[in-house]
Amino acid sequence: MTPFTYLEPSSLDEALALLARHGGDAKLIAGGTGLVNLMKQRLVRPGFVIGLRALQPLAGIAENGGLAISALATLQSLEASAAVRRSAPLLAAACGHVATVRVRAMATLGGAVAHADPFMDTPPALIALDARIVARSARGQRQIPADRFFTGFYETVLQPDEMVTEILLPAQPPGNGTAFLKFLPATHDDYATVSVAARVALDASGAIADARVALGAAAMVPVRAAAVEAALAGRTADETTLRDAAPLVLGAIDPIADFRGSAAYKRKMAVVHVRRALAHAVAQARRPA
Amino acid sequence: MRTVTLTVNGTPVVREVADNRLLIEFLREDLKLTGTKESCGVGVCGACTVLLDGKPVSSCLALAVHADGGAVTTIEGVAEGDRLHPLQEAFLAHGGFQCGICTPGQILAAKALLEANPHPTKAEIQHWMMGNLCRCTGYYKIIESIAAAAGAA
Repeated sequence: MTPFTYLEPSSLDEALALLARHGGDAKLIAGGTGLVNLMKQRLVRPGFVIGLRALQPLAGIAENGGLAISALATLQSLEASAAVRRSAPLLAAACGHVATVRVRAMATLGGAVAHADPFMDTPPALIALDARIVARSARGQRQIPADRFFTGFYETVLQPDEMVTEILLPAQPPGNGTAFLKFLPATHDDYATVSVAARVALDASGAIADARVALGAAAMVPVRAAAVEAALAGRTADETTLRDAAPLVLGAIDPIADFRGSAAYKRKMAVVHVRRALAHAVAQARRPA
Repeated sequence: MRTVTLTVNGTPVVREVADNRLLIEFLREDLKLTGTKESCGVGVCGACTVLLDGKPVSSCLALAVHADGGAVTTIEGVAEGDRLHPLQEAFLAHGGFQCGICTPGQILAAKALLEANPHPTKAEIQHWMMGNLCRCTGYYKIIESIAAAAGAA
């Protein structure tokens, strides 16, 4: 790693002041599992690294109808949290699929969204849960819907002086079921060849009231498959509906060829796994509480 | 440079470290605790696993300054004097290692598992240990060793 100056603010205000001063030449570090690898490969060479570990008291998970998750909550704490398992089992499942126990113990949810690697597991889950990302700076605070947060490969709407402080999940719709499918032809700790997060809410008649479908590893950003969602709304939740809607994902994705498969293979696997994720979500929605 | 104050295997340590020093460099080069091995260097293989405040971390991805104020356990701190830890005894009794490069990381990861979950099922052992790669044993002996240690512990 190239040399840098490590700064450790003891309060959020101090952290925001440091970001305002050093912004473009600074990187925030929480667990470090993303940033340290980029620094070791010299893909990023910040002059200042701002450590957030003294802000750990801000690592909590609060129930407020939905969930308010501090950016510093580790993926392991979310995977194990009774509140997350109860009100957002999709997020607990996605966290449980991330890499290894070491990465889950170190990595934070705020770090995962700010890192913006499109192969990661948690961003599609956040999009499917209608999450909002809270960004703070010395100038103020704003909330960004998860499906508008990611702008490119490792790029987000965050300005150099902003940091992610919280991830907000609204109350999930009544009668919903969810599923997270991570297609992994190689090893369990690998990135997905394609991952799908789905949420389906059924109305009293059993028809689809509302659906969310988001994918990881399928484009330069985690993507929401709005055309699939639109094709499902109001329809009977049967096999034909899911089979007809799934291929509409192809308009939303643009996978790259790598050692996990060719682009054509990943497109086929995206269709298959969207259909399967929807079927799982529907089955869960039908299960009596 | 920054001053870090921590315990390593129960012993208080105060050292000056460069801001960009990695925990594994600090352990191996500054403290000469060479039981911790580096293999992949990108947090995948698990060879460099140590415990930081009881949690398994990849010391190749952790900054040394992040151990400031904490407690680090390496393979050198697992036995009590000449008395091996039940996991070390089990790895010996069940052939849980061959070349040995991955073994310090395997033992530390397994120690964290048994502290969090003293009686894991085979599936729980496999899920937890999935991130510690071994190119010799084929894993069966490692899983057997941990299951045996859990029964004994």
